[in-house]
Amino acid sequence: MKKLISAAVALSLTGFVGMASARDYISVVGSSTVYPFATVVAEQFGKTTKFKTPKIESTGSGGGLKLFCAGVGVEHPDITNASRRIKKSEVDRCAGNGINDIIEVKVGYDGIALANSKAAPRFSVSRKDIFLALAKEVPDPKDPASGKLVANPYQTWKDVNKDLPDMAIEVLGPPPTSGTRDAFAELAMEGGCKKIDWIKAMKKKDKKMYKSVCHTVREDGKYIEAGENDNLIVQKLEANKGALGVFGYSFLDQNSDKVQGSLVDGVAPTFELIADGSYPVSRPLYFYVKKAHMGKIPGIEEYLAEFTSDKAWGDDGYLADKGLIPMPTEERKAFKSDVDSKTSLKL
Amino acid sequence: MNNNLQQQHDRTMVRVQQGLDRRYRQEKRFQRIGLGAIILGLVFVSFLFISIIANGYTAFQQTYVKIDVNFDPEMIAPIGETDQEVLSKANYGGLVKKTLRDMFPEVTNRREKKVLYSLVSTGASFQLRDMVMQDPALIGTQQSVWVLADDDVDMLIKGHIDLNVPESDRRIKNNQMAWIQSLQAEDRIEKRFNTIFFSAGDSREPELSGIKGAVHGSFFTLMICLLISFPVGVAAAVYLEEFAPKNRWTDIIEVNINNLAAVPSIVFGLLGLAVFINFFGLPRSVPLVGGLVLALMTLPTIIIASRAALKSVPPSIREAALGVGASPMQTITHHVLPLAMPGMLTGTIIGMAQALGETAPLLMIGMVAFIVDIPGGPFDPSAVLPVQIYLWADSPERAFVERTSAAIMVLLAFLISMNLLAVWLRKKFERRW
Repeated sequence: MKKLISAAVALSLTGFVGMASARDYISVVGSSTVYPFATVVAEQFGKTTKFKTPKIESTGSGGGLKLFCAGVGVEHPDITNASRRIKKSEVDRCAGNGINDIIEVKVGYDGIALANSKAAPRFSVSRKDIFLALAKEVPDPKDPASGKLVANPYQTWKDVNKDLPDMAIEVLGPPPTSGTRDAFAELAMEGGCKKIDWIKAMKKKDKKMYKSVCHTVREDGKYIEAGENDNLIVQKLEANKGALGVFGYSFLDQNSDKVQGSLVDGVAPTFELIADGSYPVSRPLYFYVKKAHMGKIPGIEEYLAEFTSDKAWGDDGYLADKGLIPMPTEERKAFKSDVDSKTSLKL
Repeated sequence: MNNNLQQQHDRTMVRVQQGLDRRYRQEKRFQRIGLGAIILGLVFVSFLFISIIANGYTAFQQTYVKIDVNFDPEMIAPIGETDQEVLSKANYGGLVKKTLRDMFPEVTNRREKKVLYSLVSTGASFQLRDMVMQDPALIGTQQSVWVLADDDVDMLIKGHIDLNVPESDRRIKNNQMAWIQSLQAEDRIEKRFNTIFFSAGDSREPELSGIKGAVHGSFFTLMICLLISFPVGVAAAVYLEEFAPKNRWTDIIEVNINNLAAVPSIVFGLLGLAVFINFFGLPRSVPLVGGLVLALMTLPTIIIASRAALKSVPPSIREAALGVGASPMQTITHHVLPLAMPGMLTGTIIGMAQALGETAPLLMIGMVAFIVDIPGGPFDPSAVLPVQIYLWADSPERAFVERTSAAIMVLLAFLISMNLLAVWLRKKFERRW
């Protein structure tokens, strides 16, 4: 009896390991911001070709790159999505695990909206206002040029800028694990922070300090971490007229009857204004492909062809319908030719 | 002396009387607090159910649009063509678009055409493809076909779109409204029971998405979980209860089993990631790994319930069996186990119900993923029901809100029926000694 059991266990374990050595579907991991776009392409791909539908996990940009760079082989993902560019350290980690050839594909752009309920007046803020309202430490309001930082004293938007309404600062946004939060800190807060000359000067002297001043969000309850679920933020904005929310453009687009995007530096977050680059808080989205897996896992080339076809990422493609902001035609051409010639990423 | 005693007695009675009212009041208050707690609980539960059902019941219906398709041989394939390869490659998307253009010839502007095409689901072209591939004789004929409406149209028909807000802020524009009204006037729009919701896998188009893939995934995951946790749990309980010596080691084991039952489930997910995926190299996102992880999680529950069931079998049964010459093993397999089985099964079902609703450990092993194909076995990547709910709740499209609630209803139905089964088993087989 005992022998039988141990034999069965041994057999089943070898069986399991054997299973891992074959995979006939593409495995994609990565950013939750790219997820809604990658899944649409995957579904189209699965329906229109003889290949299986790729499996797409939403792990976040950082988590996805970590899995992606873990090694070459069927147990590792073939593609990772990212809502920021791959970092040098990540390329090095990949190289350390034998992944030398990575193809970089830029998908398009995503705008980050600062929105509030339709029942309240539309906001118009500058990036500097955003920084002053949300940073943990700001220049002393009594003497802003003194170079002294104090804990953020602002309670209402009017305190920040006398042209803004007299409403308590209350912003619902994603937690630090989110790529949207990273991009918001980098584009909106740092963008505003740079407008203050002595902080900008700090960048050259003490980069670490500069980053921590510009990117650290206040923790006194004015910025409320509302989780990764953007739908939840939209619902909360509907219930709370005085609050602003931070989320991706696609959610603004789908809920335009409930919430409105604030003007940032006088520019509204609309499809056209994000596409032409005038809306300041927008970021590129990418995915990265492991070249070593091409030809081993069936369908990777065809998946790339589907993603980079005009009917997907073009100006009138189905990704644009889902809220992705397409790249200009020239840029699309450049990335498409990189994909076709399988040109590897060089940083 | 006697008088004195009498007086003292009277004083005591007065005091008791004085205090009595207060004590009655206290007791009443105490009861009311208890009753209030129950009512509050019921209010919360009914609020939960009402809000889920109110949000979700519309998802069981789906809007269809009737279009008159001319299966033009020029657009598909020559009449008489039966080669499936050729038939599957034809431009059915173009066929749907042409049909819509023919139905609304007044639309000529390119931008307006694009809006017109969005009246029907992108699934319509696949529906036409399947029709033609099944019956190539359709080519060259004119047919009225009911196709899926787009999710925005579906939301409008179900009354989820507020028409009072300005046109620019609506998903349905005025010209779409006019087309829809003209279709309605011709009885070309109707709501039907949503079979796709039960027969399709996940999709990014709300009207094409269903829970079948997740239900299959949940089934395989629970099967693996049951196959591992039930035998192991029962064996562990029998050994600990019937054979193990009572010493420090068994005490430590017992304390640890109780501790394990209280460990947050995400920890089991991390353990599964480290052991099954990183060490044994099992694939990510498959029910096999999910089942193994959930088995680890439910084991303590099953062991504790099984031990309680074994404990409740009176010692006289064991003594009688031993007394007529049965071996300890015969005593257990012939008498104790059958008597304890209903209690063990109840514990197992409750453990399984808990595993069915679990998401956190599955996050770690990659089961939170977009999977369209319906899994055919425990080695195919798949999602499970609670994960499907989580993914839909996070999708931007409005129509996923009702689908999320509908999926919650399905999950609750499974959970309630499993718990009812446990109650029924207990009622039917339970023996009082």
